[in-house]
Amino acid sequence: MPTRLFLGDEALAQGAIDAGLSCAYAYPGTPSTEITEFVQRSPEAQAGSVRGRWTANEKTALEAALGASYAGKRAMASMKHVGLNVAADPFVNAALAGAHGGLLVNVADDPSMHSSQNEQDSRLYTDLALVPCIEPATQQEAYDAPEYGFSLSERMQIPVLVRLVTRLAHSRAPVSVRERRAENDLSPSSDRERFILLPSNARRSYIRLLEKQKDFAKASEASPFNWLADGADRSLGIIACGIAHNYLLEVSGGRSPHPVVKIGQYPLPLEMIERLVAQCREILVLEEGYPYVESHLRGLLTRTSPILRGRLSGALPRTGELSPQAVASALGLPKSSGFPESSAPRGRPPALCPGCPHADTCRALVDALSAFGDRGRVFSDIGCYTLGAFPPYGAIDTCVEMGASITMAKGAADAGLRPAVALIGDSTFAHSGMTGLLDCVNEESDVTIVIVDNSTVAMTGGQKSAAEGRLVSICQGLGLPAERVRVIEPLPARHAENVAVLRDEIAHRGTSVIIARRECLQTLKRTAGRTSGKGGVE
Amino acid sequence: MKRDIILAGVGGQGLLSIAAVIGHAALSLGLDLRQCEVHGMAQRGGVVQSHIRYADGPLYSDLVREGSADLVLSLEPMEALRYLSFLRPDGALVTNSVPVRNIPDYPDLELLHAEIRRLPRHVLVDAAALAEQAGSLQSTNLALLGAAAPFLGLPEAALEASLDAVFAGKSDRIRETNQRAFRLGVATAPA
Repeated sequence: MPTRLFLGDEALAQGAIDAGLSCAYAYPGTPSTEITEFVQRSPEAQAGSVRGRWTANEKTALEAALGASYAGKRAMASMKHVGLNVAADPFVNAALAGAHGGLLVNVADDPSMHSSQNEQDSRLYTDLALVPCIEPATQQEAYDAPEYGFSLSERMQIPVLVRLVTRLAHSRAPVSVRERRAENDLSPSSDRERFILLPSNARRSYIRLLEKQKDFAKASEASPFNWLADGADRSLGIIACGIAHNYLLEVSGGRSPHPVVKIGQYPLPLEMIERLVAQCREILVLEEGYPYVESHLRGLLTRTSPILRGRLSGALPRTGELSPQAVASALGLPKSSGFPESSAPRGRPPALCPGCPHADTCRALVDALSAFGDRGRVFSDIGCYTLGAFPPYGAIDTCVEMGASITMAKGAADAGLRPAVALIGDSTFAHSGMTGLLDCVNEESDVTIVIVDNSTVAMTGGQKSAAEGRLVSICQGLGLPAERVRVIEPLPARHAENVAVLRDEIAHRGTSVIIARRECLQTLKRTAGRTSGKGGVE
Repeated sequence: MKRDIILAGVGGQGLLSIAAVIGHAALSLGLDLRQCEVHGMAQRGGVVQSHIRYADGPLYSDLVREGSADLVLSLEPMEALRYLSFLRPDGALVTNSVPVRNIPDYPDLELLHAEIRRLPRHVLVDAAALAEQAGSLQSTNLALLGAAAPFLGLPEAALEASLDAVFAGKSDRIRETNQRAFRLGVATAPA
C-alpha cells in the first residue's frame, strides 16, 4: 500500500474520500479546519465529484450532511468541539431519524484550550444521542475510521461520531492508503415513519434506538479499534483511550508490562473491560479530555471494587492535555530529568497583526465610548478581534460563545445598561449573529452593533465568509432602517470620522449597526500573490 | 537511530517550513516520523512550537517527553529558553541570537545570551545576518536549520534535496537563496 504523510485531520479526510464520500460540510474551527480544507483541495473535489463546502454554521453543516445521507450518499459534517453544541439539535435528533447513506460527524476536541474557550469532551454527547463513537489513536486509525464508520452507519442506520483531539488533528505521520471505493448511487429514503419525527413516530424511533444499543455494544467488542493486550504484570490493569494509548506505548518502550484494554470505539466494550478487571484488582484509566470512562466505570458508588485510578482520582491531572510525562508519572515510572526550567521567558500572547483593521476599529471604539463615561460595555465574540481584549486596546468586556455579543448586549440593554455595544466579526455574524439582530430589531433594543467585516474567516486561516458582500442588505432585510446601517473604513487616517459615526450611533436610542469594512491583511497578502524574496517563510 | 526535537519560535518566523524540510528528509530516508504543529490562535505573533520525532524503529507518541529532547532548535533566544525542561542532559540547544521584541517586558538580551552560553552544548548564531548575506532576510529560518544540521543525524545531502522539494513551487532565485542560507548556516557549525 502506498504511504503518504498526513495530519490527523488530513488522514481522516483522505480516508473519507477513499471510502466513497460524496458530500462534506463544515464551519471552520481549530483544530478541525484542515479536514474540509483537504477535501476541497483533493483531485476528487477539483473534478467535481466530491463536494466540500463551508456552511453558515455547524448546525447547517450537520443538517446538510443528514440530507445527503437521506439521499443515499456518504456524507460528513466536521467541526470543533464547541461547534457540536451549535449542532446539538440535529445531532441528537439525527440519531432518532437515523442515517441512510453513511453519516459521520467529525468533532475535534481541544484539551488545554490551545485555541478554544473550553475543553469539553465530545464523548459525553454520545450518551445524550445514544450513538457510537470512533476515537482514532493514530493518523492511520484516523484514515481507517471513515471506511469503518460509514459501513457501521449504513449497517445500523445511525450517525457515527468520530472524535479527534488537537494532538492527533495537528500532527503528521506516514499513513498507508487504499484504492478509492465508488460513491453510493442516489437512492433517497422513502421511510417516512423514520424521518418524520412526529411524537407517534418518534416514540417508536426511540424504542428502535434503544434496541440498537446492544448491537453497538457488540460492534465495540469486535471493533478493530478496540483490543485487549495481555501483560505479565497483573498488579495493574490499564484502559487506554485514543492517543493516551500512544503515550502508554511510548513510556513503556512499545509494550506495556501490564494487561491493557485499548479503546478506540464506544459504547465501551464492557466484556473486554470485565476480562481485564477479572485479572487486575487495580485499574488505571488513561484518557484525553474528561474522566469519561473512569466516571462510567466508577458509577456513583465509589467504594466498590476494583480500585480505579485516573483523572478523577487524581492519578492524572484533571485538566489540560495528557503528555507522555503525565502518563509515566501515573505509572510510577521515574521522571526523565531535563534541565531546570528557566525563569527568563515571559508570556507572549497572540496579537493582532501590525496594520490589522480590527486594531483601528478597537481604538475608535474605545475613543467613542470615552464620551459616555465608564458606564458602557462592549460585548464581544469569537474571532481575531477577541485579541482586542489585550493591551494596548482593552476594548472588550466579554467573549463567551459564537453570537453571544449581540444577544448579551440586548439583554444588558433590556436590564438598563447603557451604552450596550456588540462587537462581532462578519463570519460570526453569519454563523449566529443574524437571529440576535432580528430580536433587537423586533424590540427596537438600545444596542449598537459593530460588525468588523474583514471579508473572511481570519482566525482559522482565511476561509470564505458566508455573508461576504451582503452584510448591509442582510441587516436591512432583517428590518433595520437604511439610515441605521452605517459603513466605515477602519484606517488610522479616518480615526476621527469613525469615532464620530460610532458616537452618533451609540447616542441613538435604538438598534443600529456599524459595519467596519477593510479586508484582512493576511488574505490580502495571499490574494496579491507572493512577492519575491519570501523564500523561507511558510 | 532516534531524534526528539523541539522547534521553537514566534508566529510568522517560518517554523513550520523548518519542520517540513526535516520531516521530508526523514521520510525520504525511510524513517518513521511524527511532527506536531501549532495552528489557529497561537500563530498570531504568539509562542509557537513544534515537536518533531524520527527514528529507524516505530514511534508512538506525537509529543516529545520532558527531559528527552536531543535538540531544541529555536528561531528566537527567549523562546529557546522556554523548553529547557524538555532538553536531555546531553542534548544541544541551537538558537538564533536575534530577538523578536513584540512584548513590553522583553528581558535583557545579554542576560538571555549569557544563560544560553552556560548550557554545555549550545550554538548561538546570528541567523538573520547569515540570511541577509544569502540574499534575503526571509531565509533566516533556513540559515538556522543549516546551523543545526550537524545535530539532526540526517545527511546534509538529504536536507538539501528536501529544501528544494519543500519549496518546489517557488522561483529558482528563492530556492538558490534558501540553499545559500542553509550552507552559510552549516559553515558556522562547530567542527
